Amino acid sequence: MTRTGRTLRVEDPRLLAGRGRFVDDVDLPDQLWLRVVRSQVAHAILREVDTSAARASEGVHSVVTGADLPEVGPIPVRVQVADQPLDAYLQPVLARERVRYVGEPVAVVLADDPYAAEDAAELVVLEVEELPAVLDLREADRAAELEMGYGDVDTAFANAAHVIHAEFTVGRHSGVPLETRGLLAAPRGGRLEIWGTTKVPHFNRRVLASMLEIPVEQIRLHAADAGGGFGVRGEFYPEDFLVPWLAARTGRPVKWIEDRSEHLVAANHSRHQIHAISAAFDRDHRLLAIADEVWHDSGAYIRTHGVLVADLTLSMLPGPYRVPAYRGTAHVVLTPRTPCGTYRGPGRYEGTFARERLLDLAAHDLGLDPLDLRRLNLLSPDELPLHRGLSAIGTAMTIDAGDVGGLLDRTIAESGFETWREGSARLRAQGRMVGTGAAIFMEKSGLGPLEHAGVELLPSGVVRVTAGATSLGQGVETVLATVAAERLGLEADDVTVVLGDTDLVPEGVGSWASRSTVLAGNAVAAAADRVAEFARDAAADVLEVDAADLRLSGGGFAAAGSRERVVSLAELAGRTGGFSAREIFEVDTMTYPYGIHLAHVEVDPDSGGVRILGYFIGYEVGRAIVPALVEGQLVGGAAQGIAGALLEEFRYTDDGQPLSTTLADYLLPTAGEVPPIGVLISEDWPAASNALGVRGAGEGGATGCGAAIAAAVDDALGRPGSVRALPIPLHEARRSGDGSGR
Amino acid sequence: MIERQRVTLTVNGTEHTVEVEPRRTLVDVLRHDLGYTGTHVGCEQGVCGSCTVLLDGEPVRSCLVFGVQADAADVRTVEGLGDQEHLSPLQEIFSSSHALQCGFCTPGFLMLATAFLRDHPSPSDEEIREAMASNLCRCTGYQNILRAVRLAADAVADPSTEP
Repeated sequence: MTRTGRTLRVEDPRLLAGRGRFVDDVDLPDQLWLRVVRSQVAHAILREVDTSAARASEGVHSVVTGADLPEVGPIPVRVQVADQPLDAYLQPVLARERVRYVGEPVAVVLADDPYAAEDAAELVVLEVEELPAVLDLREADRAAELEMGYGDVDTAFANAAHVIHAEFTVGRHSGVPLETRGLLAAPRGGRLEIWGTTKVPHFNRRVLASMLEIPVEQIRLHAADAGGGFGVRGEFYPEDFLVPWLAARTGRPVKWIEDRSEHLVAANHSRHQIHAISAAFDRDHRLLAIADEVWHDSGAYIRTHGVLVADLTLSMLPGPYRVPAYRGTAHVVLTPRTPCGTYRGPGRYEGTFARERLLDLAAHDLGLDPLDLRRLNLLSPDELPLHRGLSAIGTAMTIDAGDVGGLLDRTIAESGFETWREGSARLRAQGRMVGTGAAIFMEKSGLGPLEHAGVELLPSGVVRVTAGATSLGQGVETVLATVAAERLGLEADDVTVVLGDTDLVPEGVGSWASRSTVLAGNAVAAAADRVAEFARDAAADVLEVDAADLRLSGGGFAAAGSRERVVSLAELAGRTGGFSAREIFEVDTMTYPYGIHLAHVEVDPDSGGVRILGYFIGYEVGRAIVPALVEGQLVGGAAQGIAGALLEEFRYTDDGQPLSTTLADYLLPTAGEVPPIGVLISEDWPAASNALGVRGAGEGGATGCGAAIAAAVDDALGRPGSVRALPIPLHEARRSGDGSGR
Repeated sequence: MIERQRVTLTVNGTEHTVEVEPRRTLVDVLRHDLGYTGTHVGCEQGVCGSCTVLLDGEPVRSCLVFGVQADAADVRTVEGLGDQEHLSPLQEIFSSSHALQCGFCTPGFLMLATAFLRDHPSPSDEEIREAMASNLCRCTGYQNILRAVRLAADAVADPSTEP
């Protein structure tokens, strides 16, 4: 459609008009609908799968079980971070002898319409012999053991003036995007065409090609809009094999749209950890060492992230503090629950909660203001760059630059935190339960090793950007269009962005780990610079002036000092047949953004409910390409992080039955629960590792929420360090000293 | 044998006749039988509101309405808010306020807000918050949605104020 006014984002017109193209918006003639039959028990031997009634059901094309599968291995790990053998724990595409969680795919039904497929799926009978379900993380089988650290931790604890120890638990949460997963695959002209992949399409294409034993070129992935990612969408799941395989096998398009109840038991969960954490201080209250032992719940299988979340938990745990000695150990355990992956801020949300809670407890024990204890131990600008002697996702950790203490001061000043504190003290004196809390954290972003991008000035004058990044709703099309436009003297609206289509974007890595603006952004910048140089040379020929005397703005070149001697990019493209450049941006280190979360809450003594009176985030991003989008990322992340602190949890019965299988049970926050969130975007410390100077901003809105809300609830209750679990149990408030809630 | 019933409904001013199973939801009729794919399905449980459309002027969750219940009804979907050339003022304010990210919940919020602003031309901030709490958004954290509805209400109250 033509657009009358400029919109904030290039994605907006189609999405606002209802003309987006999400996977379920694509229907093909003659398509079959696929329904997955899932295990209803947590742990059992699978004796028999009786499909006879399902096959006889009206409208059914076929029913497929594990016995019908070709020779195909389990789903491989995408992110190998440690030298750990994980093959024994990988998930098969359909269960055969054993089922290991409620929701595990056991069979699939193909039918002419989704209603018929769902009816028939309910007629498939699983004959099982139930086995014990061990849900306790400390009792569960272990898939991997991780350990990392530096310095002499034991001596530090032996010589410490003060040692503090505590245990903390983070519940199971997940991204729960508003659009569930879905996939459409169709055999066409000797190729398999697929709609609905995102996040890491090129990687998933390689996995699928390998499992189907066909060349990658025979698989074409189409671009599609995606209704939110947050880590969970776009990994390779069992359905990512089953749908294309059955399309190839039947010779017909096969479509699968996950329903919400499936999503809540089938898509990756995350976060569930227990931390037993200790800190040693000298007599001046300086940290000597931190030691953390983590039980990390991987669920029933190891999925595509391998042991990434446990690895990141350990590597990021010391955060923005001066920690002379550190030891982190993680037990990656298997429990009969939905397998786990990443969720916005993986490992950092959990580790920040544990570390910041411990510091709050320590401050109380040492008789210090929690902020003063932190200020004393924060890394100062002159200690950076710091080579920490840890590795994160296989990259050596170098905390490049920054001033965390300076950001803390600015955030406190801008938020009005001192006013919140004074107000809380006054209201507590009147018997109300009001409190404040702070959390400081370090993030990571811009994971390498590389990303591909291309910029083309087509003969028609259209500027087209292609990149390996993918759109998950975060606005990456606008960011990449803005980067290219800045370099070509255009507006973002003048640039067409193509992502996620493997015919137009032959190579790419994808969008995860807050990497797209850093990796794809810098690749686009480099490619656009080269196109601008080609165009400049052409303009110099046309205008018969020295290339150095040309200025690029408003979509064309102008000779210095002459209004008449101008030529537009479109005209140059028409004369020359256009220009194009492809670039690969490579980087072997991550960047480390950091931030502050501040919370102001009131606890209702009768219900235990927590109302947020104020929330503020200060975040160092290096450079904000489109500030409104950075703010949107931070506020949206905070809504998720706050909900993880107060509302969201996947609960299970003792025998492994999931209790959170609708959105009435798994409580996403509404506009009624998410408070106004103030944001300070700091651009004081551009990243040195990339030309744009950007540090990714996708996750820091969530990272500090659990820690900050817990601290504020503690303060409101007048019981420092009492909140030890997320989401915060309502009974915490009701156990308060005044007894009014009993 | 699955029985089908004939249903005639008007969508954004265009009359359609379809033969549907009695159990087929209105949202499936709109999306898969009639091609109005701007209305989205987020939960099929009536919780998220992504499928909100106006049925005879009132916002409903079209996953909780059967297609046969829409016989002779007038349905408005997001495709009917603007025209081929232009976004509606509310849609434009959603963009300028950055009230959408992935855009999946957005059609539902637009339809909800359309009916709300018609019935509450001068809403308080609390009324806006309460009404918009009917639907779920997983990306924005809601603040920009509330701001967009506020600005849209103010623009109607005083058309001279540019949002």
